[in-house]
Amino acid sequence: MFTRKSAEWFCASACVALAAAGCAAQRSADAPQAAYGGGKLNLGTAPGSAEMARYFSYPADGRALPPGSGTYADGAKVYQAKCVACHGAKLEGTKLGDKLIGGRGTLVNNSPAKAPVKTVESYWPYATTLFDYVKRAMPFNAPGSLSDQELYAVVAYILGEANIVAKNEVINASTLPKVQMPNRNGFVSPDPRPDVP
Amino acid sequence: MMQRLPKRDDKTRRRIEAMVEAEARYLAARARRDRNSDAVGAPQRLTSRRTFLGAAMAAVGTGSMLPKIVHAKAPPGAVERPVPSDPTKEQGVPTNDDGGYGSRSQFETESRWRFGTPTKESSWTMTPLDSGMGIITPSGLHFERHHGGIAVIDPARHSLVVHGMVERPKKYSMANIRRFPSISRTMFIECSGNGLTEWSKPTLKTVQGTHGLTSTSEWTGVPLALLLKESGLKPGAKWVLAEGADAAVMTRSIPLDKCLDDAFIAYGQNGEAIRPEQGYPIRLVLPGWEGNTHIKWLRRLEVSDVPFMTREETSKYTDLMPNGIARQFTFVMEAKSVITFPSGDMRLPGPGFYEVTGLGWSGRGRITRLEVSTDGGKTWADAHLQGPVLPICHTRFRFPWYWDGKPAVLQSRATDETGYVQPTLKQLVAVRGLNGPIGSVYHLNAIQSWAVAADGRVSNVHA
Repeated sequence: MFTRKSAEWFCASACVALAAAGCAAQRSADAPQAAYGGGKLNLGTAPGSAEMARYFSYPADGRALPPGSGTYADGAKVYQAKCVACHGAKLEGTKLGDKLIGGRGTLVNNSPAKAPVKTVESYWPYATTLFDYVKRAMPFNAPGSLSDQELYAVVAYILGEANIVAKNEVINASTLPKVQMPNRNGFVSPDPRPDVP
Repeated sequence: MMQRLPKRDDKTRRRIEAMVEAEARYLAARARRDRNSDAVGAPQRLTSRRTFLGAAMAAVGTGSMLPKIVHAKAPPGAVERPVPSDPTKEQGVPTNDDGGYGSRSQFETESRWRFGTPTKESSWTMTPLDSGMGIITPSGLHFERHHGGIAVIDPARHSLVVHGMVERPKKYSMANIRRFPSISRTMFIECSGNGLTEWSKPTLKTVQGTHGLTSTSEWTGVPLALLLKESGLKPGAKWVLAEGADAAVMTRSIPLDKCLDDAFIAYGQNGEAIRPEQGYPIRLVLPGWEGNTHIKWLRRLEVSDVPFMTREETSKYTDLMPNGIARQFTFVMEAKSVITFPSGDMRLPGPGFYEVTGLGWSGRGRITRLEVSTDGGKTWADAHLQGPVLPICHTRFRFPWYWDGKPAVLQSRATDETGYVQPTLKQLVAVRGLNGPIGSVYHLNAIQSWAVAADGRVSNVHA
């Protein structure tokens, strides 16, 4: 896809187009900024390491996953304390929280009378997503409050209840990305549209 | 009412029923406020919004010295003021009495209504397209979708970090962001869940319910290409993760080519700072792409060689097809249109002339043609487009119609500059299927049908 070189080409060509067309379409490419080379605006500062330590995001290959580990047994305690109120004792979901397990075999369906059951077990393609999401947004009443140790544990518990990993398996930065989710191959991209009519 | 769905689909059923209930509550509240609907010949909502003004004036009479009428609580965004019996016989409200920021008339009642989700923090509201004029959505009526409530952010303490596969990681204050060369762009943002209740049968009554998750504003901000250029991209960079500073810490992975094309970081909306519920102090704007990718309360951009496979782009905003395979990264909002007048829950007072009007829009560019059918799609005629027609923007169309008083089915059909023609629901379902009562959930852009009955009542139908 794009490289720095193509970005420079992009800005330069946008400038030429702008001059030629007067003011063409409403596009950010119209912006009269091609003269500003990379770094020349001299705005902003270099973020400090303490600042950067606040941030995280974990692609499916597991890079940058934090230290720590957890087991099904530890996770059961975390789940009972932090998750059960919304997601239910059997991870079946409540009015407040999504159902987390079950639903395998329901995705192939063309009936308006029954809905597919999309859960972590049946639908989510990557286990890393579960760790990332719970770390950023859960529990709903105290988002971002679980330690990495608690996170690995509760992920181990959910994956264990979903029969995706064995209940004696340790989940950590090295094992989490290797978890094979049941619907790992259930997604296609790029976008095939326009597909209708 | 909703037919009960099998037990297995409790969640879906609750979701749809909650939406029906939320719309009904909104309509009932308006009806209470507007209890005295008139008969002056103007088209009415079945649950009318015409205010008690008529009753108040009738009670007072004209030119009398009777006391001023004190109204019930003002609608949201309005200030309640006493109404003189004759505004030419006494001074009006003192200048700048509003403290320097204006409000709308106390007689205007349209508002967003909230879908009845279990929490008010993860929820959404719908824009009242039925009462909209022109192409701009008032900022206070722009639809909302929040996953962790509306973040309250002091811009003096907020920053935007650009890092990852860049030569120079950067942290920008909001003052820094405003020093960049800027652009303005008038364009629509639409939630890809717009219309999710309408896949298998007509469900909500009003156009606000069926189509209210789209809105148009003039957005002002900094081209994202400039920010990325300022940091310098490393070879191999292909994706950018955008992250919000709300309680959901919302994240989406955006292909780098979009970021270098027309993406921008917006701090302005309709001539002022963007509203808190739109992501104050800054949000990402990706022209023509599904609303969820326009990350609000933006705090971080991480350049990467791979997408991050976040929860929103795997488990939520993906389109499950009948064969069990889900489409991922379906970003573009395809061409769509809807008649906003007459539309569901209105009543035409009788045969005669009406100006049919509505909106068309496309995430791929300009609307080039809007057609209207009054016979359920058997015949079509071109509608007039209000200029200027902007790319990736609500486009207002108008169509003169003489209603003969017989039952009719009104439809509109959009064509965009790529030649794409808005499909019928049948065509859409033939390809995407009906995997559950709300189909593949997202990206429903089918032609909408409004039935006009002989008594003038307008209702949502599948035709």
